[in-house]
Amino acid sequence: MISFIGRSVIQKIITLFFVSIVSFLIIHIAPGKPSQVDPMNPKFTPEVVERFQKEFHLDKPLHVQYLYFYRDLFTGETVSWKDNQSVLKKIWERFLNSLPLFIVGTIITWTLSFPIGIRSAIFRGQFYDRSATFLSYLLISIPGFFFAYVLIIFVVNQFHVPVIGMETFGIGDGASLPHIFMDRIWHLLLPSLLGATGGIAVLSRYVRSQMLEVEGQDYIRTARAKGLPPEQVHYKHALRNALLPFVTMFGLILPGLIGGSVIIESIFSWPGMGRMAYEAILARDYPVILTVNFVSAVLVLAGTFISDLLYLIVDPRIRL
Amino acid sequence: MNIEENGFTEDFQLETPLAPKQTRLQEFWLLFRQNRLAILGLFIFIIFFCCAVAGLFMTSGPDPLFDPAMIRLQEKLRPPLAKPNLDSLRHEEIPYLGFYLMGTDDLGRDVFARMLQGAWVSLTVGFVAVGISVLIGIFMGGIAGYFGQHHVRVHHILMMLVLISGAVLVTANFIRSGAVLLCLIPAYLFYSLRIQNRSGEKTSSLWAKFLYINAVSIDTLIMRLVDIMLCFPSFFLILTVVALLPASIYNIMIVIGLTSWMGTTRFVRAEFLSLREQDFVAAVKTLGAGNFRIIFRHMMPNAIAPVLVSATIGIATAILTEAGLSFLGFGVPPPHATWGNILSDGKNFIFDAPWLTFIPGIAILIVVLSFNLFGEGLRDVLNPKLRERH
Repeated sequence: MISFIGRSVIQKIITLFFVSIVSFLIIHIAPGKPSQVDPMNPKFTPEVVERFQKEFHLDKPLHVQYLYFYRDLFTGETVSWKDNQSVLKKIWERFLNSLPLFIVGTIITWTLSFPIGIRSAIFRGQFYDRSATFLSYLLISIPGFFFAYVLIIFVVNQFHVPVIGMETFGIGDGASLPHIFMDRIWHLLLPSLLGATGGIAVLSRYVRSQMLEVEGQDYIRTARAKGLPPEQVHYKHALRNALLPFVTMFGLILPGLIGGSVIIESIFSWPGMGRMAYEAILARDYPVILTVNFVSAVLVLAGTFISDLLYLIVDPRIRL
Repeated sequence: MNIEENGFTEDFQLETPLAPKQTRLQEFWLLFRQNRLAILGLFIFIIFFCCAVAGLFMTSGPDPLFDPAMIRLQEKLRPPLAKPNLDSLRHEEIPYLGFYLMGTDDLGRDVFARMLQGAWVSLTVGFVAVGISVLIGIFMGGIAGYFGQHHVRVHHILMMLVLISGAVLVTANFIRSGAVLLCLIPAYLFYSLRIQNRSGEKTSSLWAKFLYINAVSIDTLIMRLVDIMLCFPSFFLILTVVALLPASIYNIMIVIGLTSWMGTTRFVRAEFLSLREQDFVAAVKTLGAGNFRIIFRHMMPNAIAPVLVSATIGIATAILTEAGLSFLGFGVPPPHATWGNILSDGKNFIFDAPWLTFIPGIAILIVVLSFNLFGEGLRDVLNPKLRERH
């Protein structure tokens, strides 16, 4: 156990090191320089560009820039090129905005997909199963931005509530507390539902196949043969064993924390992580892009690590 | 199986073939036909393919049948099936069909023509991107699975380092020192060939021993590379690279392809690892077949099934990704229409001209859905485990 943890931590640190190199190279070798973002701007005189380059070590060779960048990152001194603010602080602010979206989206995903998946496994091949299957394909295939507009049209026309942004502009003055609360809920609902669509489809299919796998086992047949009521067989004998792999998925949802959907956040003008990353890409704000990339790589690695650990704890058959 | 049910009597002869005489393809088709959704997917895909090819011919050339770039400002935002106002149009501006099948957009361009043009973009992006990723995936997975137990030695790593640093120096305008480093490689190759020729006697020097230490197995190397690639959030990575590169459709295809080969690599490696232990591979090997023949003639056909499935679903994902990029404004440069940028232009008129949003959106939905259904159907048919169950 200890040796497994030690080995995988070392392995993940090495992977992280290479990820940092690759992402740094991708950004810096790509054509175009950050100092040339706005060549028509009269304020961008050669002296300013030179000062800019000096300020951010852009005149140094690549490996020196790399060292400078990651030294700054680990001491928390990285600043955005655009507004000279601390990148970590910026990311933290945006992260707090994205967090409600992520939490609500995850709750929707997990509470919807389990009942759907289990039910379609129990009624395998029947109308419910087939329509659930088709619906999940539909949800996987629908482009997020299109679905977003369909939902916006529907909600705005039917319920006459504004949905763009985090809250209705200027609602803070004079509105009652429940009013503000409902306004927040409405603004939260659509983007998190959209973030959850793909997850619902994939997860419910996965739950279904896991349930089917377990329902075919001998001990289920035994339980049936004993004359147990079907509910007990399904929910006590089958479900408990089918749930095993999903415990490990708690680790794998971790990267979603920072992923944030670029497209959905830009449609809904939600000031979250994805939108910040998008704006940073547009402005060639390399420190922000690289930091987001690095943090998300850390989260991916931490997620797989946690899921491995959970699997080890949950499944007594696995011994390393 | 009950023999009598199949029309055999007691005195059936062994000479009559017992197994049904079906080729693999026929058997496959029989199974596939039972999956109605998959058939629907295949059907839609064929229609889409024909539309895209026909659209390419009808919208390009000097005098196209449907001109997607023709601007008629007096006819803007006409709803679908609207008749053009013949008085205000010059002769060549009248749409070929006599009416606007899918309406016009905010510049009075025929949406039907633009959709036809965009179909080809979606089709090529899907196929080329997936083609690239499948090629890389098969190559990497094949190497990892078949040659995985070989080791990379220290001198290989040193040589690669020299190669990379040479290339970096050349690109960073230190041409002379870079060229010196690059020249070292042929010299080293020549040297190592000499060493190989003399390899009968044992190399005794410590230095040579150090160079020949097994550092890491090829399998580990490739799988770690896969792990590294999986650490990047894929859409964000694609967006970054596409935004930094000059806008062109080829860049998008290549970038999508280069960032989506990891799944295929894993499949192919897993298949190869199990296949190379099987008897038929050993038999072919004893017959003296070369590695290439074993890999491509004997192992690949057995390993291709999961690759096909993931490729079909990969096409759907690639089309969605391209549409998303076009929607954000990083797609194909403007005069050229894609489904993503028709939708992205149309979203400003979503309440006045909903067809500008709904037509491309539903088109993307249907095409992606057809690929997904077809892919899942393929998976069911090609997977013998699932075959019995359903």
